[in-house]
Amino acid sequence: MYRDAILKKFDPRLDNILFILHELQDNNPQHYLANADIEKCADYLNIPYSYVHGVVTFYSMFSLKPRGRYIIRLCDSPPCHLMGSESLLDYLKKKLKVDVGKTTADGVFTLEITSCLGICGVAPALMMNEEMIGNLTPERVDTVLEERRQTS
Amino acid sequence: MNAIKAQINHMEVEVQEGTTILDAAKKVGFTIPTLCHHADLKPQGSCGICVVEVEGFPAMKRACMTEMVNGWKIHTNSARVRAVRKTLLELILSNHEMDCPICIKNNACELQRLAATLGMTTLKYPQNFQKKKIDNTSVAIVRNPNKCILCGRCVQVCTEIQTVNALALSMRGFNTVITDAFDAGLGNSVCVNCGQCIVYCPVGALYEKSCVDKVWEVINDPGKHVVVQEAPAVRATLGEEFGMEPGSLVSGKMHATLRRMRFDAVFDTNFAADLTILEEGTEIVDRVKNGGKLPVITSCSPGWIKFMETFYPHLSEYVSTAKSPQQMFGALSKTYYSEIKGIPPEKIVSVSVMPCTAKKFECNRPEMNSSRYQDVDYVLTTREIARMMKEAGIDLKEMPDEPADDPMGEYSGAATIFGVTGGVMEAALRSAYFLITGKELEDLDILPVRGMEGVKEAEIDVNGLKLKVAVAHGLGNARKILDKVSTQLKNEGKSEYHIIEIMACPGGCVGGGGQPWGSNMARRARRGETLLKEDKSLPYRRSHENPSIKAIYEKYLEQPNSKKAHHLLHTHYYKRSKVDGKVILDT
Amino acid sequence: MNIVRNHVLISIDAGTLMSGARAVEDALVKEIVKQGLDKEVSVLETGSIGITGRGVILVVYPEGIYYADVTPDDVPELVEEHLLKGRPLTRLILTETPKRTIITKEKTGLLKEQPRIVLKNCGFIDPENIDEYIAAGGYEGIAKVLQTMTSEDVVAEIKSSGLLGRGGAGFPTGMKWDFAIKTPGDEKFVICNADEGEPGTFKDRLILEGDPHKLIEGMLIAGYAIHGTRGFVYIRGEYSLSIERIEKAILDARAYGLLGKNILESNFSFDIVVMKGAGAYVCGEETALIESLEGKRGHPRNKPPFPINAGLWGKPTLVNNVETLANISEIIRNGAEWYKGYGTEKCSGTKVFTILGHVATPGLVETEMGTTLKDIIFEYGGGIKNGKTFKGALVGGAAGAFLGPDMLNVKMDFVNLKEYSAALGSGAILVMNEDTDMVDMLKSVLHFFKHESCGHCVPCRLGTARLVELIDDIAASKAKKEDIDQLLEITRVMKDSSFCPLGQSVTLPVSSALKYFKNEFMSRVTS
Repeated sequence: MYRDAILKKFDPRLDNILFILHELQDNNPQHYLANADIEKCADYLNIPYSYVHGVVTFYSMFSLKPRGRYIIRLCDSPPCHLMGSESLLDYLKKKLKVDVGKTTADGVFTLEITSCLGICGVAPALMMNEEMIGNLTPERVDTVLEERRQTS
Repeated sequence: MNAIKAQINHMEVEVQEGTTILDAAKKVGFTIPTLCHHADLKPQGSCGICVVEVEGFPAMKRACMTEMVNGWKIHTNSARVRAVRKTLLELILSNHEMDCPICIKNNACELQRLAATLGMTTLKYPQNFQKKKIDNTSVAIVRNPNKCILCGRCVQVCTEIQTVNALALSMRGFNTVITDAFDAGLGNSVCVNCGQCIVYCPVGALYEKSCVDKVWEVINDPGKHVVVQEAPAVRATLGEEFGMEPGSLVSGKMHATLRRMRFDAVFDTNFAADLTILEEGTEIVDRVKNGGKLPVITSCSPGWIKFMETFYPHLSEYVSTAKSPQQMFGALSKTYYSEIKGIPPEKIVSVSVMPCTAKKFECNRPEMNSSRYQDVDYVLTTREIARMMKEAGIDLKEMPDEPADDPMGEYSGAATIFGVTGGVMEAALRSAYFLITGKELEDLDILPVRGMEGVKEAEIDVNGLKLKVAVAHGLGNARKILDKVSTQLKNEGKSEYHIIEIMACPGGCVGGGGQPWGSNMARRARRGETLLKEDKSLPYRRSHENPSIKAIYEKYLEQPNSKKAHHLLHTHYYKRSKVDGKVILDT
Repeated sequence: MNIVRNHVLISIDAGTLMSGARAVEDALVKEIVKQGLDKEVSVLETGSIGITGRGVILVVYPEGIYYADVTPDDVPELVEEHLLKGRPLTRLILTETPKRTIITKEKTGLLKEQPRIVLKNCGFIDPENIDEYIAAGGYEGIAKVLQTMTSEDVVAEIKSSGLLGRGGAGFPTGMKWDFAIKTPGDEKFVICNADEGEPGTFKDRLILEGDPHKLIEGMLIAGYAIHGTRGFVYIRGEYSLSIERIEKAILDARAYGLLGKNILESNFSFDIVVMKGAGAYVCGEETALIESLEGKRGHPRNKPPFPINAGLWGKPTLVNNVETLANISEIIRNGAEWYKGYGTEKCSGTKVFTILGHVATPGLVETEMGTTLKDIIFEYGGGIKNGKTFKGALVGGAAGAFLGPDMLNVKMDFVNLKEYSAALGSGAILVMNEDTDMVDMLKSVLHFFKHESCGHCVPCRLGTARLVELIDDIAASKAKKEDIDQLLEITRVMKDSSFCPLGQSVTLPVSSALKYFKNEFMSRVTS
């Protein structure tokens, strides 16, 4: 039902597809686009399911797999790379015991990498859901993860 | 239109405005190599093989999609151009499963041909790609993503020409793949099995699911009585597989070859096509005369039927209940033929040779068992039967002309034109005229429904009764007419049309998904002409004149649309899900 | 209206928010009330002042004192000392970047000061308050245009200003507008390209967050000039604060009659909507952006036709970058001649650079076109962090070029850098110190391209993949000398045959890295 409410906010025009997909994903409790989301969106816009699938998989902010409560998107573009994002990625993988694209066993965190987030002044940086976090060090990562684990 | 004057490889060239570099170069004798380009499709420029140098531009231009500009100096064969092409080809090959000798497309592969054209003899880049899973979920079509070069032709055909949208590009960059909507496999998608993706695939990434081995097995099994039928359109294309000119008619050679392959009986689908006309024709006449649902929409194209069930289920009651010729034949092979010959149906294996991949799906539909057995056991495409013939060491071209066997081998000209767009309509009108008026139609060539125009319309005067008919081929064209009909039905409660013929494939069955490699619209048209020529050459040109048809009604079926005929020769339709193409409720 | 003694500006942008700007703001407001200063001191939100990595930033006026790394715990002391007793709290004062004091060129004649045109209001006004923008001279440009100029006059003015597009390619903006005005069409669109994705670039974000009305005004003037009917701001999906701010600004402008029908009672009608991307670098390419805006996968289109002839929904479409559009109102208000007073002969005006990597004070600087790399790094960026030496810089983002130490004196502008086979691009300057492994940096660049290639064309889809294989081998000392040749060969082929600028530009980082740091590469391979 909540899906219909989302759709109603937008005119059924193809150029609204990214807005619709963003909202469907943001409101999906598992932060991803389920088949039901794709179907809803396609039916609403009167376009083929395969088309929506094609659009969803093109953009890196969308996921077809259920994700954790917090999606960690670590930047690995050159500015963050220069400031040590690669070793941070290793650290995160070890700490969370997951590979890139995977969700922790407790369902709290999903680890992803992303291209430049535009906050390079505080590289290395990551985005956790809507929040940007910079000047990362292993210690800071520990603190951030701990805080989130507490609240979840 | 202005004339454009330019230079290609130092040769002066003058072309009309809007001409591409590719076509302009051809005009002065230079063939620019291409890979993703196809004459029937919009250029996409994905492969980059056709790049040429234009003086004054830092980057090269794609000949397939760049229009000529006055004064340009173009080089299609410079050292730089050749080097770029080779590197691009090498990149493609490094990411392409190269098992050429055992590839379905061996000797017919456009990539292979390109490598030869560019004189590639060595490779620098290692083969380095992750094997992806082959999609085997469909009963008709196999997709091997490891061979896919992402030219995008299949997607373009599936979305723009067929408007089925089973296939789409998915993912991004190096991870780009072509998939169905939920990555569940074509067998679990809206794919209607038309096989046009196969026709347009330049490499061996798409092909029919073969049953060659199973058919050899039953031929070699002395306990089985194997009967074979061949669709109308196969006789106009099979010769191509044996090096004959496109458009060669090989009906007799085809029968002779099949006989030498040791099929126990060589029949002809054309017989069943004549039967279809009587069944469908009677239904049409009944519906026209007695205020039944109109228009009557033809039902012999199984790609179209699944398309209708998925996208236009509200029109299912307008579709003729007559089975397709293949399925009528199948049901009769295990009943009528079984009884005359005294062969128990469980011993009979019914094989069909079809221009079509959707026929593989059709014969597997659970309701196609009126004989209490699966009516048609195996469907071979034109390509598969050619492979078998070659394997058997028989050269079709050298064969004599032989007729098919009785009692299901005789056919009229009306049957043979089933294989080309407009043919079913023409055949139906020839008999409907007779059934309505009791008189024979004099001029049998109903020209307005012929030709490669996507949607054709005509009004036929049947003794004062004006029959409005429409013919569409290619599912995108079908949509145009179906949308119009749907709107008319919705708004006015009736449609202006009485009969509509729909063929899933562009050109009709001559352009089917199971036809020899290298179909394009020009070739489809030539094949169609061949069938129209055979029609003219045959002693009977109306289905109801076929003596074998008269015989089967006398001996077995009683009369068209009889109870028995209904049981064996008619069917019903379902509504299908747009998610996975599966049946959702019986209509 | 109250006469306020002190204004405290708190910088609210994506960077300061992550450092807890909201908590500091709350503490500040509470403390001011507690000290009974709420009639005398006003707290104002503003955008970024261009300093990043220094936590929460406050500026106290009229003294113009900058505080950095402010935490809620500091607030009581700061309020008591500075606002109550008038004694600046020295321990928090930002000292490292004296050159960030913003003084216009005319006033001082000092070259090293930042002449701010684009960022004029950033960090000074509340971006969420349209009145503050208007008070700072905002919307005077559109008013002037509507009252005194024809469309042709506007195009002529922009042409004469010499403004080059700030998206990266440096195409003359006036010329683009001229094409647009000459293209017939009853409907024309203006798209602001805010899909800022070039690694190391965040200038557009700071403009969107800090001065959104400036962008709206620029789009209005562009719309007027080309007879446009509608405007679109395409923002990357990750920039949530930018989206919020520009959306609010559009609502406010509409309420003031600055957007919509008959703007300022003229015959000109124009409105703007915001579109949100979803994570695809290639959508920064204008035709891919248009595809994405139409609701498709972001594959670039073949050119011609160019967007100016057939763009969004096939209609004539002008696509300009955020920074380009942010220059427009100032050019109109002050005139082309004034604008040409900044920058070089061939590249007029200023450029917003982002300085990052191993510099003392990473951040944003607006300076004249033609400023040397050395000045930007050492004067504005505070030099190399921790006393290390400069080794090289990646200029212009991933699609830019590496420059070695002998290039420190190069003048940074579109034309001059081209002469050195480099490119100004987005104006990102990623500074690398002596310890940097340049092979590793190129590896990162190439991985970026592989990840962001749209996949449409063979040269880019498979070229980037092959490049990654090669650079991974080189970085792991598993490669042969020929592999380096192959690296270059592939990028040349990509330059010649890629469908769009993404693939064509990969040659820049590769050839430049090998030009300036060849030895490092050679030491990793066997012959």
